[in-house]
Amino acid sequence: MACKMVRVTAHNIISPLGYTSQENFDKVVVGQSGIALQNKGELSETDFQAALLNMEVLNDKITAIENADAYTKLEQLCILSLQQVLENVDIKSSRTGFIFSTTKGNITEVAKDSHSEDALLANTANKIAAYFGLQSQAQVISNACISGLAAFVIGRRYIDAGLFDDVVILGADVLSKFIVSGFQSFQSLSPEPCKPFDANRDGLTLGEGVASVVLSKADTIGSEGVEVVSGAISNDANHISGPSRTGEGLYRAITRTVKIEDAVDCICAHGTATPYNDDMESHAISRAGFEDVPVSGLKGYFGHTLGAAGVIESIISIMAMQRNIVIGTKGTVQQGVAAPVNVTKENIQKPVSGLLKLMSGFGGCNAAVYFKKHGE
Amino acid sequence: MSELKEELKKQLIEQLNLEDFEVSDIEDNDLLFGEDGLALDSIDALEIIVLLEKEYGIKVADPKQGKDIMTSVQTLADFIESKR
Amino acid sequence: MVAMLLFILKSMENSQIIKEVSIEQGKVLVNQSEFFTGETSEPGPFLKSLYKKLDLKYNKYFKMDHLSKLGFLAAEVLLLNEGISNETDEVAIILANASSSLNTDVKYQQSIAEIPSPSVFVYTLPNIVIGEISIKNKFYGEHMFFVQPSYNKKELLDYTTCLFNSTPCTYAIVGWVDVDTKGNYNARLMLCQNNK
Repeated sequence: MACKMVRVTAHNIISPLGYTSQENFDKVVVGQSGIALQNKGELSETDFQAALLNMEVLNDKITAIENADAYTKLEQLCILSLQQVLENVDIKSSRTGFIFSTTKGNITEVAKDSHSEDALLANTANKIAAYFGLQSQAQVISNACISGLAAFVIGRRYIDAGLFDDVVILGADVLSKFIVSGFQSFQSLSPEPCKPFDANRDGLTLGEGVASVVLSKADTIGSEGVEVVSGAISNDANHISGPSRTGEGLYRAITRTVKIEDAVDCICAHGTATPYNDDMESHAISRAGFEDVPVSGLKGYFGHTLGAAGVIESIISIMAMQRNIVIGTKGTVQQGVAAPVNVTKENIQKPVSGLLKLMSGFGGCNAAVYFKKHGE
Repeated sequence: MSELKEELKKQLIEQLNLEDFEVSDIEDNDLLFGEDGLALDSIDALEIIVLLEKEYGIKVADPKQGKDIMTSVQTLADFIESKR
Repeated sequence: MVAMLLFILKSMENSQIIKEVSIEQGKVLVNQSEFFTGETSEPGPFLKSLYKKLDLKYNKYFKMDHLSKLGFLAAEVLLLNEGISNETDEVAIILANASSSLNTDVKYQQSIAEIPSPSVFVYTLPNIVIGEISIKNKFYGEHMFFVQPSYNKKELLDYTTCLFNSTPCTYAIVGWVDVDTKGNYNARLMLCQNNK
């Protein structure tokens, strides 16, 4: 079956860096980061680095939500993000699908009530869908840190198989003591803002964010359009928390997504800045034959935004591709990973027509998506 | 010292869910990690750090330090003794 | 529109269910026939008795949380005598549930008050069960964990069809693996074959 074309038609990011994709992109391109030292308190018993949303800034927008008090913080943010992308979407149509990617959703409710109905992720998705009147059953993807990117893979497959004409993707996670203490127990948080692919990297930095994308079936893709060409998900089959030492799963995800002769002009890596993750990625990229392709990591700007990360980072990379920019990897001073790869430290201006986005996560999961710009 | 080692073996079996092991199966110098010994993994290593804090009030903040003290039950016991 | 429907119906035929396993309330059924009944239906002891029945020598089993144990054992029963080879991209795993990892999330939340446990935290993601099945069988293939309001066989098979359309895989382990916050458990797995 010849593949249908799937196009990215709208997107939004809400992060500490801004309220729209454009605001976020403008900050990233000048090297601004949302990461800051956070005082100990509700989220952590010690001071810690994180990119936290400034809820005071968002308050005006939140109070404008109809019946705002009926929603949790996470749900409010999801509503704010989605309302920026749904303008041209036929939300009442059963041909419009909705994918919600999250790792922990409303996990804070569990601290209050172990059997909280609000902690059920499908309830969260349905509540958000009902706010807008989205008709088709929401699909929640909870597949650790690849969730956001996996939504592109699955959304594309839904459209390709003829199940939907449009798929709305929403990725969201907010931080809680649950999440922060877990990463602390894994000793994976860096005392400083994370340093992806750096020789002295010593752990990740967490972040909060919500992002939305609309994927649509297309007969043609205009000169400004970006196509979701292909994608794949693969497992390391090695360990539930430690990444494969050889990058096996990610290597397989990459090689099932692109061929060496495809135009891959830059790679937006997962780049968590943990010693093992970045080594693993270097092996996978290098084994797949892309060791000379410029690699960016965006965690230095947003932190690791978990279920939202794949959506946020894809949007920024797409916007950079449209402007022929490869974003510099904030935090990298001296590249130091196991296998040869070409990590960008500064923004590079160069023709970019194809972009490979990678994510990996607990459970040994890996995802790759190939985006292509048209009209060149 | 031998009491401490017995206690440690019990705690390891309990905390790390080493269901197929008895205290008598674990020698003092058996390697905790690696296939020849108990074949523990990176999550077990983190859980031993929790065990040290919970049972002995010892905080190991530096994961690199953790590696050296977690060679065997003997090295763990030596470390705990040195902190007492 | 008619052409579209015909196409969808046609593509549904790509996926054929060749075996079904269900585990609920201390009972394991294979293709609706009894395979094993435990002496107790309590999740921990029951799953352990099933583990013993399967005669598995797999130390990692004892580290798993209830959700992973349930999914892992259900997959073992499903793959029993099927002769599906290991070390392959050819087997996809598509699982779903309603409770995500909440049964373990509650345990982890309680551990935070004392000292947060990394070995509990790692299971606070529902897709870890897919990792466990993949590690045991060396399955490197496609996989996904969905969270849905309730078991919806059609939706899962719809996605399986989408996957079989676009990805060269031969089999998919598809189904429901749920352990709720009260400890109720329910697994319904299907082994699907790609006839494309």
